[in-house]
Amino acid sequence: MTPAEYHACDRRRHPPALTPNYKTSVSRSPRFAALSLQNSLSEITGPVFGHNDIDPIDNDLIRNYAKEGEPIGERIIVHGRVLDENARPVPQTLVEIWQANAGGRYRHRKDTYLAPIDPNFGGCGRTLTDADGHYFFRTVKPGAYPWRNWVNDWRPAHIHVSVFGRAFAQRLITQMYFEGDPLIPRCPIVQTIPDPAAIDQLIAPLDMNAGVPLDCLAYRFDIVLRGRRSTMFENRLEGN
Amino acid sequence: MPQPLHYLRETASQTAGPYVHIGLAPGAAGFDIYREELGWDIAGPNAEGQRIIVEGVVIDGTGAPVKDVLLEAWQADAEGRYAHPDDPRHAEVAEDFRGWGRVITDFETGLWSFQTVKPGQVPARRPLGPAVKVRPQSAGERTDALGRGHQGPRRQAPHINLWIVARGINLGLNTRMYFADEAEANAADAVLNLVEQVHRRETLIARPAGERDGLPVWRFDIRLQGDGETVFFDI
Ligand SMILES: [Fe+2]
Repeated sequence: MTPAEYHACDRRRHPPALTPNYKTSVSRSPRFAALSLQNSLSEITGPVFGHNDIDPIDNDLIRNYAKEGEPIGERIIVHGRVLDENARPVPQTLVEIWQANAGGRYRHRKDTYLAPIDPNFGGCGRTLTDADGHYFFRTVKPGAYPWRNWVNDWRPAHIHVSVFGRAFAQRLITQMYFEGDPLIPRCPIVQTIPDPAAIDQLIAPLDMNAGVPLDCLAYRFDIVLRGRRSTMFENRLEGN
Repeated sequence: MPQPLHYLRETASQTAGPYVHIGLAPGAAGFDIYREELGWDIAGPNAEGQRIIVEGVVIDGTGAPVKDVLLEAWQADAEGRYAHPDDPRHAEVAEDFRGWGRVITDFETGLWSFQTVKPGQVPARRPLGPAVKVRPQSAGERTDALGRGHQGPRRQAPHINLWIVARGINLGLNTRMYFADEAEANAADAVLNLVEQVHRRETLIARPAGERDGLPVWRFDIRLQGDGETVFFDI
């Protein structure tokens, strides 16, 4: 593919920086407008990863930290594709996830929630997409957990997802939610996103066809990164 | 109704949250799981160039350091080449130079730091406006930012691209770090010059801060909000 620019970030799709119901954003949001740059080589490039960087077991959260047995919880597969806005697959890109255990507790020195740590569950995984942009993980469904925001706020069950794409301009961190969770519309972090359709896009449906009978359920989560311009006409910005 | 455009829509961003370390730096979360955590080595031992340390704190709107931030750095090598196939010169990049790093802040102090090599000058975009014929260039000067025919040696000042995520940050923040000892290149840099308020350009320039382990230290504090708010970019 000829090196080309990426479509502008779809600002109507993402949450704004300042979202007062998610209180921490108040003191961590810039007050000045971001300065818009046209892509240079610095933005259309980004880190490249290969199979030497990771191990095959890294995408299996049921086994990648198991000590004396398997983690407690509802066994699930999470799978999907990384695509761009032009519906082109993003191959060989690094997808990293992290999550709480089935009780809603994170294995993190700063998490003090009273639900117990699961000795057999680490809570993170990583994988590279294949040539069609597919990825998959096996894990246990995370539990909901309370957090300090308003007095009784709870996070819906969710998995944090980090994706690189092909360019630094495509870098994304988001969260995946589960179909049917009544905490989704109540969550101030979910509700930082102004567009209801953009919220729906973060909710993974149950995918019975991808589960394994007598073993685990599956959820499908496709991820869409910024698309790349096609160069139908030589762009004056770059031509002679 | 006009014809529909069948583009997919971008997946919306959500905050990385307070436990970002579990996924992206599990050692810092307090456990060991992967054979190798990614992002600790921006420039391996075979990468040429001047070794430097970059450090700073991220400061919130109340003036306090942010202690649960994660930064990613993306930079060119000392010759201004990115380790990415869309850089026409990527084949010349040393094998152990990835140019990408990930760093977290200290949970007590909020200080972050990483070691790398000082980046070189990468090609810049062509300016807007009609093309101007200029003298022929040497072969090495003839590609533009996107690898096509180029009229002149337009280059960006040396810089490190930074991406900042944390609890309370809904969409990762992009900025750039430039170097105070590159006054001439900085003065000609198209991105710095795009910052209308001249004094705000200073927020993008790292200052020399002595030496550590025999390496020069560059200090780059990032202010999310308030006095001296760092310039962030929509890239
Ligand atoms: Fe979370």
